[in-house]
Amino acid sequence: MDNLYRDYILEHYRNPHNQGALDPHDLSFADSNPTCGDEMSMTLRLDEAKQRVADVAFTGRGCAISQASASILTDELRGMTVDELRGIDPREVVENLGVPIGPARLKCALLAYKVLQGAVIGAEARWPDEAEALAGGNEGGSAP
Amino acid sequence: MAVEQAAPDVFDGAALRADFPVFDRPHRSGKPLAFLDSAASAPKPRVVIEAIADAYAHHYANVHRGIYELSEDATARFEGARRALARFIGAPSEREVIFVRNATEAINLVAYSWGRANVRPGDLILATEMEHHANLVPWQQLAQATGATLEYVRLTDDGRLDLDDLRARLARGPRLVAFSQVSNALGTITPAAEIADLAHEAGAVVLLDAAQSVPHMPVDVAALGVDFVALSGHKMLGPSGIGALWGRRELLDAMPPFLTGGSMITRVTLEGTEWNEVPWKFEAGTPAIAEAAGLAAAIDYLTELGMANVRAHERFLFEHAWSALRELDGVRLLGPDSSDEHAGVISFVIEGVHPHDVATIFDGEGIAVRAGHHCAQPVMHRYDLPATTRASFYVYNDLDDIGRLTDAIGSVQRLFGTT
Repeated sequence: MDNLYRDYILEHYRNPHNQGALDPHDLSFADSNPTCGDEMSMTLRLDEAKQRVADVAFTGRGCAISQASASILTDELRGMTVDELRGIDPREVVENLGVPIGPARLKCALLAYKVLQGAVIGAEARWPDEAEALAGGNEGGSAP
Repeated sequence: MAVEQAAPDVFDGAALRADFPVFDRPHRSGKPLAFLDSAASAPKPRVVIEAIADAYAHHYANVHRGIYELSEDATARFEGARRALARFIGAPSEREVIFVRNATEAINLVAYSWGRANVRPGDLILATEMEHHANLVPWQQLAQATGATLEYVRLTDDGRLDLDDLRARLARGPRLVAFSQVSNALGTITPAAEIADLAHEAGAVVLLDAAQSVPHMPVDVAALGVDFVALSGHKMLGPSGIGALWGRRELLDAMPPFLTGGSMITRVTLEGTEWNEVPWKFEAGTPAIAEAAGLAAAIDYLTELGMANVRAHERFLFEHAWSALRELDGVRLLGPDSSDEHAGVISFVIEGVHPHDVATIFDGEGIAVRAGHHCAQPVMHRYDLPATTRASFYVYNDLDDIGRLTDAIGSVQRLFGTT
């Protein structure tokens, strides 16, 4: 548990990167974590050719895990094509946090991913299956 | 925190924990379990677990059907559980006690059966801002289905029901007033008998959500003067899958069935059906037979402890925890600042730290609490919070648990650098 709250996670929580809302923007979505009701919204601006992400920002209050995950994920997005956004593997989003995430906190870790998918493919975006998202063996010490 | 000498009417938590096998389970933290989430669901004492096993091993057949010894035995025990629950809650008649899955189903039964038969377009239904979703969503659905209006009695800043607001809304003659005796999200104890009186003067039928009160304090439904009471077995040391609706006989008699099928009928032809009498009219299909045996054992266990003692024990723990937490910087407590109006449930916020993070860090200390909106999102909106952390007490908790809770809050604040 203690290594869940490493210094860089707490640093992202206190000072999240890419905080705010872009106006104008090309893509946007807002969603909430059904386990706690935390809300997050994300806006993305594409380059002039409407091909690649030029800028991204998110807002919302939430736990250290969801905020750090959004901060880390949004740092990766600039320069990516919309197809590449769609193809992001939720397991990598969890792994990129670099701390053990168990099933109880999985939706915290994936809220930013879910909001991003909503921005790209719309309201039909679904939460990743828990078994698949945790398939990297990155589970938080609880029995499988 | 030093463990003080317990007051004479207070239980020895460690001795009672020995009755609950779950406390023998090793926790991944390597520390003993401080279970502070009984408001969500309570651990089961050995006598309850054994009663369920005994029901399956020695007394199991379907009830109300078989013309043979085993079925007669099972039926007698099932109806005995109904009688025990009726006595436990002060119901004038065991025929007024309907077994359902849980308090949620009990409230839905009233909303569907009584509600759709009695609520008309333009009628007013009154709930409150503090309700669990179980005592809120069914009324939203009923209002939508009937064209009735649903309004909510407001909460004061310190988590009480605003009785002036209640009176103002009662003046408009609601058909139904639905409220909780204890708020699961705030711990508030509402003046149920007073509200029932006011509501009856206004001509309303009164439903009390007692899911958080029946497990923790003496409840006498006749003395409270309400019309319907919903409760869950799993919060009162009994099994999940069984709960009850108590209702006044004349109301139940006049209500149409909720679920239909076997055992709730007296005569079925292809043209039509005659309903069974209450309570069986509302118990379609094979009921929770072994769970009823478990619930009866839980009632025996609680009765032996004495519900007034249970309440005194939780009041003692609440007072200690409340005064300890109130001294902490950066901690906000919700709900009334008086143990007369506050059950053994403390909802709090550590400034700058999300409740999910609090619960994860507590878990690392072997402390189980609830973090989130507690199925009461309007309460969170009312106090402009996304979520809270909630510690709730029961008979097996003691001052050591309270001390660990207080210490763990300090650990969270140190880790997050908020103090």
